[in-house]
Amino acid sequence: MTATTADAPPPELRLPKRRGVELSLLIGAVLISVYGYAAVGLARNGVVPPDVAGYGGGLGLLALLAHLAVRFRAPYADPLLLPIAVLLNGLGLVLIYRLDLETPRDQAAPTQLVWSTLGVAFFIAVVVFLRDHRVLQRYAYLSVATALVLMIVPIFFPAVNGAKIWIRVGGFSFQPGEFAKILLAVFFAAYLAANRNALAYTGRKIWKLQLPTGRVLGPIVAIWLLSVGVLVLERDLGTSLLFFGLFVIMLYVATGRIGWIAVGLLLAAVGAFVVGSFEPHVHSRVQDWIDPFASIDAGRGPGQLAQSLFAFAAGGMLGTGLGLGHSILIGFAAKSDFILATAGEELGLTGLTAIFMLYALLVARGYRAGLALRDSFGRLLSIGLSSILALQVFVIAGGVMGLIPLTGMAMPFLAQGGSSVVTNWIIVALLIRVSDVARRPHPDQVETGVIAPILEDEL
Amino acid sequence: MIRYIRRAAGFCLLLLVALLLNAARVQVFEAPSLDNNPANRRTTIDRYDQPRGNILVDGRSVTGSKDTGEQLAYERTYRYGPLYAPVTGYASQTYGTTLIENAEDPILSGTASMLAPFPLWNEATRSRQPGGDVITTIKDSMQRAAYVGLGGRRGAVAAIEPATGKILALVSTPSYDPGRLSGTGSSVTDAWRELNADRSQPMLNRAFRQTYPPGSTFKIVTAAAALDSEVVTDPDAETDTPSPYVLPGTSTTLPDEASGCDTASLAEAIRVSCNTVMAHLGVQVGLKGMVNAVGRFGFNDTGLKIPSGVAKSNFDTDMSDDQLALSSIGQFDTTATPLQMAMVASAVANGGDLMYPHLVDRTTTHSGSTVHTTGSRSYHRAMSPQTASRLRRMMIDVVRDGTGTNAAIDGTTVGGKTGTAQHGVGNSGTPYAWFISWAQAQDSARPAVAVAVVVEDAAADRADISGGGNAAPIARSVMEAALRD
Repeated sequence: MTATTADAPPPELRLPKRRGVELSLLIGAVLISVYGYAAVGLARNGVVPPDVAGYGGGLGLLALLAHLAVRFRAPYADPLLLPIAVLLNGLGLVLIYRLDLETPRDQAAPTQLVWSTLGVAFFIAVVVFLRDHRVLQRYAYLSVATALVLMIVPIFFPAVNGAKIWIRVGGFSFQPGEFAKILLAVFFAAYLAANRNALAYTGRKIWKLQLPTGRVLGPIVAIWLLSVGVLVLERDLGTSLLFFGLFVIMLYVATGRIGWIAVGLLLAAVGAFVVGSFEPHVHSRVQDWIDPFASIDAGRGPGQLAQSLFAFAAGGMLGTGLGLGHSILIGFAAKSDFILATAGEELGLTGLTAIFMLYALLVARGYRAGLALRDSFGRLLSIGLSSILALQVFVIAGGVMGLIPLTGMAMPFLAQGGSSVVTNWIIVALLIRVSDVARRPHPDQVETGVIAPILEDEL
Repeated sequence: MIRYIRRAAGFCLLLLVALLLNAARVQVFEAPSLDNNPANRRTTIDRYDQPRGNILVDGRSVTGSKDTGEQLAYERTYRYGPLYAPVTGYASQTYGTTLIENAEDPILSGTASMLAPFPLWNEATRSRQPGGDVITTIKDSMQRAAYVGLGGRRGAVAAIEPATGKILALVSTPSYDPGRLSGTGSSVTDAWRELNADRSQPMLNRAFRQTYPPGSTFKIVTAAAALDSEVVTDPDAETDTPSPYVLPGTSTTLPDEASGCDTASLAEAIRVSCNTVMAHLGVQVGLKGMVNAVGRFGFNDTGLKIPSGVAKSNFDTDMSDDQLALSSIGQFDTTATPLQMAMVASAVANGGDLMYPHLVDRTTTHSGSTVHTTGSRSYHRAMSPQTASRLRRMMIDVVRDGTGTNAAIDGTTVGGKTGTAQHGVGNSGTPYAWFISWAQAQDSARPAVAVAVVVEDAAADRADISGGGNAAPIARSVMEAALRD
């Protein structure tokens, strides 16, 4: 940190807010989505879908409302975050609508549109009502308690497709684990911000690794046990992997101790090996990953992963074009876990790279906000939230493309799934919030009533 | 903390790079093998997502396509399915393709690179062209005449235009409707099972995928060999063959059914179909000479394609003289497809020059521009022109006042040869009735057609079964149809 600018900021210099940029990008994002929607209709029926105006108008209205909320309540926020979210969500709706054409009796796009609207509503609510992210620091223990409850509740509900991660009430179902992600990130950020020094500089040193004391070792063991517990009870490898990776990254950022990474990887490896060997649901996923074509050789036809690989291969460099692929062959999870296969088949490696780049940009902007912030909690929170996106994209994309064993997770914004889309909108809202603080020109002039003292970073 | 954030960001970048590399691996490097995985349905779905090109006879399509609205969208339909099944074959979503549907599949399904407007167009755009059409050499009137003539009896007809090698009729009966095998589902599998279980073997293509002992029709080949090798220099001179003839090296005698075969001339032996003279001539020509001669007609050729592969017609290359004697009258191990025997008649009619038989005249794109034309080309010079001319006269005599009078057509030069082939254990099976012939209108410079007919189960008394009685009338009606056009 340089001290010169803080002493005497030039009074005339106004840092650009870039809201106009955001609006232009939003218009672009909406137009691309509308174009995709029209392209599906043209490819399939030779005509532009009649409701393209309604679809475009609806998406445009959502984008506009979100933009207005940002413009008035977080004027300095990063202008890329919202357009990327709108583009990914719009693209997701196009892909789901396109897959709906193959399953006339199972229409998911309208529901997804409702959930997206709800997600944007949450986004606006967070941007409008959460005046400063540091408020959240107060609720660290409430957050972790709520998260635990949310994760434990589905155990008492019946399994859906082999995983007990759903709560069903009437015709309404949601995945509480999704919301738990945010709450855990808040808790980790608050806990680590408060205990960084104790974690980083105490404990025994074994060879070159400085290990923490037992007192501070407790939480990581607890979290590890929790993640394995969730995995075993709910058969949800993805979420436990995500929680664990999230914790290790945040711990590393907070303390800078490679030892944590080593301990984390060791524990993860042991946990994954034990569960992968003995839990039948997870074990079969690992078997599938090792040989996706085993079921073909056994005469039972291609499994989901093989079908997914076929879809990606069919896309090649340029893709078959929207609406012209056959990724529906993947079967029941085509719209949710395997939505990326449709993108890979119909948009090709080119489109897939673009999608990955959008996620990378989203993550990078989150990290950037973290770098620019001055309070440890805010930093850890933005790194945590961005890492959730990064890890989730890696775990599910790597899974459906055969890079790592498949775990049931939703591609952020793209995949069918209400809880997921709402959660991701809240994550983006929180990133908007922290980026607003990060980019605000005069930290000294933040309104009075600052909750936590701004800590100058010692590094 | 900033340093650690940067490192964590570096870790995320690493994840991104891993994803991108993996995407390239799957979508570019492993794509070809994944695309070609037999369990990948995409090839099949793509194959049926557009109408198949058509097979044309006399400018009219004998096939069609219908959109079923299912995942495999377009199914093949057939007009006059049983009539043209030996030509078209079937194009089944369940059981694949046969015959023209198979041989010309790249054109019909639109995958042939020749259909694209520019080289590598399909590869670059990952697109397919609309299916092209296949125009056959078949004449509808002749095909029908042959089909009606066989009347559902087990048998086959092959007819060739001698000057060009165009196959004008190709019939096998009893036949089946290939449309029954087009789609998927239980009706198709049931039809498949039923057709395969049928004792009359309706899916067997008797015209060029089945061989029969050719019997006396083979004597034309033996005669050609004898004349070309100058074992016989004057066809009207007496030969020194007694009737019956004792097979060389054995005490077995070979009798004649016809009378007047004792020391008969070659011409007489052909006219009334003497076994003894022809068996003896075969022995005189010798194994080597016979094998050479039959090869020039297409026997023992395993690579003959019309464009579907033709079953090998057999003449043994290693025999004792008594076996050679029997082989020379179309018995022992000698077998021939009806198409092969039509080629024999065609070679005689065409002055000894045997043209390569072909069933596809040309292929076109969907919009009708020609993709490929099958030109006429010589297959072999089967015999010298002089030999051909002598054999023509002998075959004309067969029809005029020999065993083949049933094939005579007023005002037309017709040459023929009958055959009645013994087969089965101890010759116990119903004999095959054969007739090969050719016809030339008197005002025409070239013969119009050469025909071979075989009837497996002629429903007459055994004594009456003969090429002249059962097969010649069918050949005549096919030739009449050819002359009308």
